[in-house]
Amino acid sequence: MEMPQPSPEILGRKRAVLDRLLQVLPPDAVIHDEAETRVYECDALTAYRCPPMLAVLPSTTQEVSDILRICQEEGVPVVPRGAGTSLAGGALPTADCVILGVARMNEVLEVDYDNRFIRVQAGRTNLSVTGAVEAEDFFYAPDPSSQLACAIAGNIGMNSGGAHCLKYGVTTNNLLGVTMVMMDGSIVEIGGAHLDAPGLDLLGVICGSEGQLGVVTEATLRILRKPEGARPVLMGFDDNEVAGQCVSDIIKSGILPVAIEFMDRLCIQACENFANAGYPDCEALLIVEVEGSEAEIDHQLTKIIEIAKRHDPVELRESQSAEESAKIWLGRKSAFGAMGQLNDYMCLDGTIPVSALPAVLRRISALSEEFGLPVGNVFHAGDGNMHPLILFDANKPGDLEKCEAFGSEILKLCVDEGGCLTGEHGVGIEKRDLMHHQYTPQDLEAQMAVKDVFDPAWLLNPAKVFPLDVSEARRVAAE
Amino acid sequence: MKPETEAELAELVMGLNAPVRIVGGGTRGVAGLQPALSTAGLSGVTLYEPGALTLVAQSGTPIAEIESILAKEGQQLAFEPMDHQGLLGTHGAPTIGGVVAANISGPRRIQAGACRDFLLGVRFVDGRGQVLKNGGRVMKNVTGYDLVKLMAGSWGTLGVLTEVSLKVLPKPEQAATLSVQVPDAGAAVTVLSAALKSPFEVSGAAYDPAAGKAFIRIEGFAESVSYRAEKLTAELTRFGQTCEEADSASLWAAIRDVRAFHGQDGDVWRISVKPGDAPEIAARAEADQALFDWGGGLIWLRVPGGVDLRKRLGGFSGHATLVRAESETMDKLGQFQPEPSGVKALTQGIRTKFDPKGLFNPGVMR
Repeated sequence: MEMPQPSPEILGRKRAVLDRLLQVLPPDAVIHDEAETRVYECDALTAYRCPPMLAVLPSTTQEVSDILRICQEEGVPVVPRGAGTSLAGGALPTADCVILGVARMNEVLEVDYDNRFIRVQAGRTNLSVTGAVEAEDFFYAPDPSSQLACAIAGNIGMNSGGAHCLKYGVTTNNLLGVTMVMMDGSIVEIGGAHLDAPGLDLLGVICGSEGQLGVVTEATLRILRKPEGARPVLMGFDDNEVAGQCVSDIIKSGILPVAIEFMDRLCIQACENFANAGYPDCEALLIVEVEGSEAEIDHQLTKIIEIAKRHDPVELRESQSAEESAKIWLGRKSAFGAMGQLNDYMCLDGTIPVSALPAVLRRISALSEEFGLPVGNVFHAGDGNMHPLILFDANKPGDLEKCEAFGSEILKLCVDEGGCLTGEHGVGIEKRDLMHHQYTPQDLEAQMAVKDVFDPAWLLNPAKVFPLDVSEARRVAAE
Repeated sequence: MKPETEAELAELVMGLNAPVRIVGGGTRGVAGLQPALSTAGLSGVTLYEPGALTLVAQSGTPIAEIESILAKEGQQLAFEPMDHQGLLGTHGAPTIGGVVAANISGPRRIQAGACRDFLLGVRFVDGRGQVLKNGGRVMKNVTGYDLVKLMAGSWGTLGVLTEVSLKVLPKPEQAATLSVQVPDAGAAVTVLSAALKSPFEVSGAAYDPAAGKAFIRIEGFAESVSYRAEKLTAELTRFGQTCEEADSASLWAAIRDVRAFHGQDGDVWRISVKPGDAPEIAARAEADQALFDWGGGLIWLRVPGGVDLRKRLGGFSGHATLVRAESETMDKLGQFQPEPSGVKALTQGIRTKFDPKGLFNPGVMR
């Protein structure tokens, strides 16, 4: 993965930049020692590493404003970082950058049940947002697998999803407002506890902009009352195609499950060995979950089971207890960890129209033979968000490159089938150079024009999202 | 000007040297005397996959056509777009492009989300005459910046939409509406909040001061609707006499289209606020007529012509849109809430990038 050469000129001014930052931040909020900056050298895409020039850990919006103003004046790139759980390299530093970590900004600022929102500092972790309201039986809906660790700031940056977004939507559908610091240090308020924008929907474009438009320091989030209950049913099939058809039939029937998860044979086995979830031995497994009162759940599951039976399942098991439900979900949620026990893996997240599922799975399996690397598939089937996990050996020379080439083929396939490169992880550096496959130069130019308005000097989170050749003119002009 | 294809439209825009007013069905009251650029020639549903809950249509496709195609599969546009014709006295066939361009959402917005939340992808022609796309037709897509949201509610100021992809949802098997008798807006918002805070998935929460009733809608499978109606009734009776209304569908259509205001004189304003602030804001407005939707978060107000309602309301967090007024009032007060300078700089900057010659709807969002 190519990254731009660090600027020797900026690196030469490290001391001066550090001194200016120390004027606005307490000493323990500025990290400059080379051994300590190494902590920030990568995110969850660990194949790529580069320690930053400096790292700062502000505690207030004003401190963020001071940092950005100084960096703008000094012409130093800034890479915002939430909890560093990006699988796409969204928080990968450049050697001449300042990492701006928001982890210390984790306070709950306001909880309002009557108006159904919470306002938090953006460094707060996803799960702890729910934690702050669950005593009143409320929750924050987006639930990425990394929710224990990942920060709301990163969720907003990547417009994160999760297993339950078929019903509740992704981050952008649950974000009401932000306080954001622009690269020049100015602070803007966009949205709030009311609905919809008075003019252009800037909140909509900020969410998912991968930290390239500004640094979000506070967020107003929609909170929802928890349903009375939820229950999953497990379905095993001997054919991926039949499982795909079953998903489509359930959706067409008028039931909207809260989640429909799909796993193929390799993943089923890995998860079963890892979590003893009681998964059957079959080609394709579906976990379908519905919500409501006991009677409502019974009613919906009866209909779903009727539909499933028409597709000759090899296994059809409704959870009988909260413990069993937890076990079923534990298996699914540990899919990445379970696959990690088999080997190193690369996790992709291309999305496809649900109808293309059988064709895409067949092609992935053929590519797997071609490249000689095994692949397991977990999949948010209700919304077409795939997660092929390609297994490789990082210590074997050439394996990573082979894996990346294989991954590229899968993602291009997703686009060719009417889908997209990334459903919830973001482009980062990982999918940056594939953007040409989904967008024309004009399409990319339109997106970059938005960045020109927010960050004219192109200092925020450089070398991400847009292919380097496409962004080169702007990056050079900025220098 | 009524291009029949996207390519024709692009060519036309490339040749423009004076501003135009973009028109779909012409029912949403877009201001301006510029020549009309109609999207009516770009019509038709190009893809519909009920099993994937997705529909793709050209921008000039009439809403009625889309709704009838969806109804055949038991599906719908869940954001429940309002029809402005009765309120504005306009006539035409509302199009999906107009709904998207103005981000039009109805009562179910409180539960299901706004039009922008259902918009999966767009194709449009920018002010240079380039055909651009963003998003796609899948429900989860974070590939690059989300210009889809930016286009929703941009009122044609960034480009002419040519095609939109939408997420659709199953039409509920049944709906029921409870009404609670309440003395005033404060009591009404309390009732609506209590309903929206319950686990019973309320899909409509409105208050009609004329009727003195707060309305609460529940939708879903028949058994589930009657179960939740019973639970909610038990919970809400403490606030006032609670009963089930007879005709749920027409009641919500009337709220959606603000039917109580039809044929009445004066200016119409639409206020978006935190629901809890609604009673005080409405009181400050001293309006001739009011209707509350979205649990109080949306207030429709009718005031005598020419009243500067924003001035009357003073500072509040939210925004006030002037929906209907004489053109002098519209020019003087502005249709949209003025933005703080930092935000305005961003908005104008984006507009200049997408429409450098200022061709599209120059009178809108200024």
